Amino acid sequence: MKEYKTITEISGPLVFAEVDEPVGYDEIVEIETPSGETKRGQVLETSDGLVSIQVFEGTDGIDRNASVRFIGETLKMPVTEDLLGRVLDGSGRPIDDGPDIVPEERRDIVGAAINPFSREYPEEFIQTGVSAIDGMNTLVRGQKLPIFSSSGLPHNDLALQIARQATVPEEAEGDGEDDSEFAVIFGAMGITQEEANEFMDDFERTGALERSVVFMNLADDPAVERTVTPRLALTTAEYLAFDKDYHVLVILTDMTNYCEALREIGAAREEVPGRRGYPGYMYTDLAQIYERAGRIKGEEGSITQIPILTMPSNDITHPIPDLTGYITEGQIIVDPDLNSQGVKPPVNVLPSLSRLMDDGIGEGLTRGDHGDVSDQLYAAYAEGEDKRDLVNIVGREALSDLDNKYLDFADRFEDEFIEQGFETDRDIDSTLDIGWDLLSMLPKDVLSRIDEDLIDEYYEEEGEAEEVAAD
Amino acid sequence: MSQATDSDVREDGVIESVSGPVVTAVDLDARMNDVVYVGHEGLMGEVIEIEGNVTTIQVYEETSGVSPGQPVESTGAPLSVDLGPGMLDTIYDGVQRPLDVLEDKMGSAFLDRGVDSPGIDLEKTWEFTPELEEGDEVSRGDVVGTVPETESIDHKVMVPPDALEEGETAEVVSIESGNFTVEETVAELDTGAEISMRQEWPVRKQRPAAEKYTPTKPLVSGQRILDGLFPIAKGGTAAIPGPFGSGKTVTQQSLAKFADADIVVYIGCGERGNEMTEVIDDFPELPDPQTGNPLMARTCLIANTSNMPVAARESCIYTGITIAEYYRDMGYDVALMADSTSRWAEAMREISSRLEEMPGEEGYPAYLAARLAEFYERAGYYETINGNEGSVTAIGAVSPPGGDFSEPVTQNTLRIVKAFWALDSDLAERRHFPAINWNDSYSLYRDQLDEWFENNVDENWSSTRQWAIDVLDEEDELQEIVQLVGKDALPEDQQLTLEVARYLREAWLQQNALHDVDRYSPPEKTFRILEGIKAFNDEAFEALDAGVPVEEIQDIDAPPRLNRIGTTPDDEVEEFVSEIEDDIAEQLRELY
Ligand SMILES: Nc1ncnc2c1ncn2[C@@H]1O[C@H](COP(=O)(O)OP(=O)(O)O)[C@@H](O)[C@H]1O
Ligand SMILES: [Mg+2]
Repeated sequence: MKEYKTITEISGPLVFAEVDEPVGYDEIVEIETPSGETKRGQVLETSDGLVSIQVFEGTDGIDRNASVRFIGETLKMPVTEDLLGRVLDGSGRPIDDGPDIVPEERRDIVGAAINPFSREYPEEFIQTGVSAIDGMNTLVRGQKLPIFSSSGLPHNDLALQIARQATVPEEAEGDGEDDSEFAVIFGAMGITQEEANEFMDDFERTGALERSVVFMNLADDPAVERTVTPRLALTTAEYLAFDKDYHVLVILTDMTNYCEALREIGAAREEVPGRRGYPGYMYTDLAQIYERAGRIKGEEGSITQIPILTMPSNDITHPIPDLTGYITEGQIIVDPDLNSQGVKPPVNVLPSLSRLMDDGIGEGLTRGDHGDVSDQLYAAYAEGEDKRDLVNIVGREALSDLDNKYLDFADRFEDEFIEQGFETDRDIDSTLDIGWDLLSMLPKDVLSRIDEDLIDEYYEEEGEAEEVAAD
Repeated sequence: MSQATDSDVREDGVIESVSGPVVTAVDLDARMNDVVYVGHEGLMGEVIEIEGNVTTIQVYEETSGVSPGQPVESTGAPLSVDLGPGMLDTIYDGVQRPLDVLEDKMGSAFLDRGVDSPGIDLEKTWEFTPELEEGDEVSRGDVVGTVPETESIDHKVMVPPDALEEGETAEVVSIESGNFTVEETVAELDTGAEISMRQEWPVRKQRPAAEKYTPTKPLVSGQRILDGLFPIAKGGTAAIPGPFGSGKTVTQQSLAKFADADIVVYIGCGERGNEMTEVIDDFPELPDPQTGNPLMARTCLIANTSNMPVAARESCIYTGITIAEYYRDMGYDVALMADSTSRWAEAMREISSRLEEMPGEEGYPAYLAARLAEFYERAGYYETINGNEGSVTAIGAVSPPGGDFSEPVTQNTLRIVKAFWALDSDLAERRHFPAINWNDSYSLYRDQLDEWFENNVDENWSSTRQWAIDVLDEEDELQEIVQLVGKDALPEDQQLTLEVARYLREAWLQQNALHDVDRYSPPEKTFRILEGIKAFNDEAFEALDAGVPVEEIQDIDAPPRLNRIGTTPDDEVEEFVSEIEDDIAEQLRELY
């Protein structure tokens, strides 16, 4: 391996060096600083005689006397089932004082795209026990469903609740032809120590750590490293899912920090910036992360992704949530207003969406009335929300009877359907039953989204509707 | 992707630099747009710039590990598609490599590099039935014979447009009949030209046609809001812009399923993998409403998903439109959906910025508008070079950042297309689907298609539609007042108008693409629902005039059933609507 002392320029996270042998694009580089510290980086551009290198651990301490070694291969993740239960740093090195990891294989972290022809369409209902999700934005195995939140909101509690409670009802009943195990991969990018503790404590408390692999890049860890953390996490996930048949849930947080790191590198390379300074290729880059969720024909395992991102200024049109929403299969929106009302989890279902819901619900999967009930709840809640605007102006008296019912409906929907606390695990039947309770406040003939037979079966005539099932 | 023969291979060049999908090489003997093989693994690429001795190449595969000094080999041929039987019922990537063949060759569910494959199976034999005899005279584009390609489509084998000059004729000196592979000669001309079932065509070049006509026939979509308010013509162009989650893909898929085209080319350009999987799963199961055959029998899919190489995303649009033109040349009506053209534009931007070209608006290259126009310009209702008629309808989804329509891709598209179906996140949030905003959308084809609808559906088509538009317009104005003072402050007749408008929205404009019946509404049903609502309108206003208070009119129980017509099977619609109409009349007349 040839060693160079030919650094010509250091700029932000980038180092430029002269070479006299060809170097491959994307290859790994080791840079040894004069003080003996070794940093790793990756080739961003290579040409005859000159390469530009992005240094993961930051360029401080590097000077023109630092030596540069080209490893001759692209970045690899050592994978083995023994990773379960381990805590690694953002570059994949153990930080838990555990034994050395003996890899079964070393895999390229830039995963190849799944051939769309080889995918299996995800349609297995995952019961999260959260009504706002199960009832209104159903998650299925192999889906990528992000949580869009803002700073200071309890998105982590929601993510942890999902990780704790997620089950596939059929399998829980034990008719399991499918005895794949469940694993959690947790990829942290630039989160605070406090947030990290929140996750780790919960994992330890519930025993989840044993079936988890944790990748930790904290707020004070190098920013550029964040660009590889999710790829290491997903390479591990792919190995566990498609080589070892695990059903893997990948939680990536916070994607906003990941995108900031991309922007920093882009700026250092003096690229023409796209919207709000983020690189023009950010869509493609994010897609290469998010699209690594899914199912594959003939494979037992699956990768379900729940990326978490905080929307700068709670703005959903900001490039980070915007590009994410264009790639993922829906989004769950955590809302500051509901949070200040004390609703737990504060999920605003109106702008939330699960694109894979339709094929995962219904007779034999959840319940025959699920689709219609959810449609009708949406329509009625939206109607109630409209009336709230109006009532502020004209007062309740100026509204018709029906309008007043919609207003009451919207209130109860938030207080009874959405609100459940972070510890309650509701099965899908209870979720739908609460839905019917609420819908039964409205006259039958406005329930146009629901099949008439289902109304006959489930609608609670007046009197009945008053007794609200307490959980 | 069509493959060059060995004899075409020219001198090798040497890689000078690598930056993502853009590679430069020196000493390469190649022309603009030539296909080249890059590096030891032979990754496929295309020449996009030549400056002195330096050739710039966009590579259709990942370039990790590729280094300067590795060889580049030119095929001497531009990026072309293979055209022939076997394209239908197939799914390709952006450079026409069949994805099932790739899965096979790579032995993996993951897309590996450096594997190539012809666009059509070279081994498979097809039954060729001649349409001509020895001694017949032909000119370019003429049909020499047919091949049953799928149960829905007879593939016409044509004299390739480049086999003869425009206006030149030739004599058939021999013609075969029977089973042949696509490379075998099925006819020979006295010019020496040998005709097989396979043609090649460079994707970036429009296929020739005799003349472009003003389209007068609708592409009947089976979507009420489209056929009813914003119809598109066969040979027309339309854009569907909207923020994420507003229904672009569902709308495109509904069109691909139910529109009365002969052939559908569906391009998933830079979007989700699972959406293509869904199409692959659903289409073989679903019947084409025109023929009853599986939808796949008329469909060609192109999938270059968001995580597949960005350069191949740039070319997938061209691959798709070239295939569409080829079936048009056979005299078919082809509908092409591109989801999403914004991802295509972004691919151009990504490549352009690697080339350090001078950026235009929002970093897009200055030629963005020209490329968009060129693409939509290839759509149209044509007289083909063999004197038949055929059409390509192009429908592009647009994904504006932040849902803001003022951005360059939406704006430049708007300047070209003639139908604009604006999706609206407010409607989507309240699950009013399709979330096409009826105030912002338009179709410039509406008037020229009225005659067809009047002759084929109902003579009152346009007058009834105009009535609906007027009611919806009035609702829009009244809503502004309602937002300020509440509905009860309005005069009774205006309250009634709001009630009628609500039925227009809920019973007519809304259409659930996920419901087995509602997802497809033939124009007769679309019209019948509208008539039903108008019948309610007329009866209700009569009752109001006779002094019945509006609350009492709202209280009768027949009109809410209008909302159930959409989910009523086609053959029961007439009876169901008549019954509602009768009940409405009866219930209202009882009140005065
Ligand atoms: N016509 C429709 N009927 C029923 N649901 C629809 C319809 N259009 C859209 N949807 C719903 O909206 C979701 C998002 O639609 P999609 O077409 O994927 O949006 P986009 O492509 O604009 O991001 C779908 O998953 C589906 O639930
Ligand atoms: Mg879409």
